[in-house]
Amino acid sequence: MFAEFAASFARLALTGLCRLWTGARLRWTGCLPETVPRLYFANHSSHLDGLFIWTSLPPELRKRTSLVAAGDYWLRTAPRRWLVEQVFRVIPVERKGMRKDDCGKRRHPLEKLAAALHRGESLIFFPEGTRHVGEEMLPFKSGLYHLAKMCPEAELVPVYLNNFYRVLPKGSRLMVPILCTAVVGVPLRLEQHETRREFLERMKGELERLKAGET
Amino acid sequence: MIWLFFGVFLTLFFATLLGELLSRRVNTERTRTVVDNLNARIRSWWWMCGVIVLAVLAGNTGAVVLFGLVSFLALREFITLTPTRQADHAVLCWCFFVFLPVQYILAATGWYGLFSIFVPVYVFLFLPVRTAISGDTGDFTGRVAKIQWGMMAAVYCISYVPALLMLEIPGYTDNVRLLLWLLVTVQMSDVLQYVFGKLFGRRRIVPEVSPGKTVEGFAGGILSASLLGALLWRLTPFTPMMAFGAGILVTLAGFGGGLCMSAVKRDMGVKDFGTMIAGHGGMLDRVDSLCFSAPLFFHMLRYFYT
Repeated sequence: MFAEFAASFARLALTGLCRLWTGARLRWTGCLPETVPRLYFANHSSHLDGLFIWTSLPPELRKRTSLVAAGDYWLRTAPRRWLVEQVFRVIPVERKGMRKDDCGKRRHPLEKLAAALHRGESLIFFPEGTRHVGEEMLPFKSGLYHLAKMCPEAELVPVYLNNFYRVLPKGSRLMVPILCTAVVGVPLRLEQHETRREFLERMKGELERLKAGET
Repeated sequence: MIWLFFGVFLTLFFATLLGELLSRRVNTERTRTVVDNLNARIRSWWWMCGVIVLAVLAGNTGAVVLFGLVSFLALREFITLTPTRQADHAVLCWCFFVFLPVQYILAATGWYGLFSIFVPVYVFLFLPVRTAISGDTGDFTGRVAKIQWGMMAAVYCISYVPALLMLEIPGYTDNVRLLLWLLVTVQMSDVLQYVFGKLFGRRRIVPEVSPGKTVEGFAGGILSASLLGALLWRLTPFTPMMAFGAGILVTLAGFGGGLCMSAVKRDMGVKDFGTMIAGHGGMLDRVDSLCFSAPLFFHMLRYFYT
């Protein structure tokens, strides 16, 4: 009871602070918030990114959307574990290869994510794999490609987050109030015969386009 | 004071009616945009006036908190458009969380000596030192200067509005009336410049900076707003003639502020500082004239009347 109360309080406080500090709203220019299985993929420059996208979704979508976070980072300390397990809806994944599951079977870390998409849920995913420093995006890791291949039914929705790295950059604990913007682009899919390289380049290009203000 | 509030809301009421009438009569695409923007501006004025009235009714603390918030929003808009780097993060934290509150606490407690030099001396010296410690020297002077400029304009200058409350003028009490006089005169000068400009505007003053500012708008707005200031002389320690003079001073400074902020926006490549006040743009777009007139008004009063 108390734990639940503390978790919802933390959720409200963090959401409110994020809104107040950044004044940001998610602009749905390419599609509308719908309940189809979606893989929202975004550039990653700040801890606020996932928090912001997740809390900007309408409540009914939030119930069926999970954040994908690095298990090796977010499960390491107790406060982070609390945030991941109690406050937000997060699926932790290991960034480094296979992991044994409860039955001792070796499993691919992305299987959990694919299972969620197969269930009709949505995910918020950062294909760079870590936060970039400054404005330039890092090259995309192959996770996005594998997921797109494993779940052809999921819509791939690009989200570009602007300025968040200035609010709470990597390595800082204090949030500077700076106005941010966030744009949701047009849903995409993996084309037939598209190679991994081409696909990842195309996806990154879509985020660059959103950044430049084209929709 | 009650009469002033009454007058303000009556004016707004008639402005709303007029806007509605105009909106029914427009027929071309171009006038439609202008009239829609006018009506958005009038609607925004309703809530802005409401907020000011509530803050004034809440007493001196209300005014200090309100303008502290105005500074916060204005500084946030300014910093958002300033290309700062990761190395500036710590400096910005100081500006938002230490210097801004301290400046307003100084204004609230009436410690004039420190209030008047805190930002121009201490913050001015601290910022480059802290930035140097961060180690990133790329465009060092430019980065520091821009943050300093933002602090001066958005925090220091705006804090002179609630600082009017600390002045001790012999034979004059209830300083919040000074604050209201300044707000009404300066903001009405903006409005009247806009109105005169739209009605009679021909010759542009500095088209490179601000295409909307015309000689006709300038003259009509400054004179009529100063006249309004003279009519409201009972709010001030001035005689009607002096109130007219003070009106000329603050509206001229306000015009300078608007022009200067337009130039800053051109330089940054934007039309408005933000979007929070519908029809007007951002907070800094609305208070640009106040920024330049409040310090002058304060020091004029302090020199001649205390």
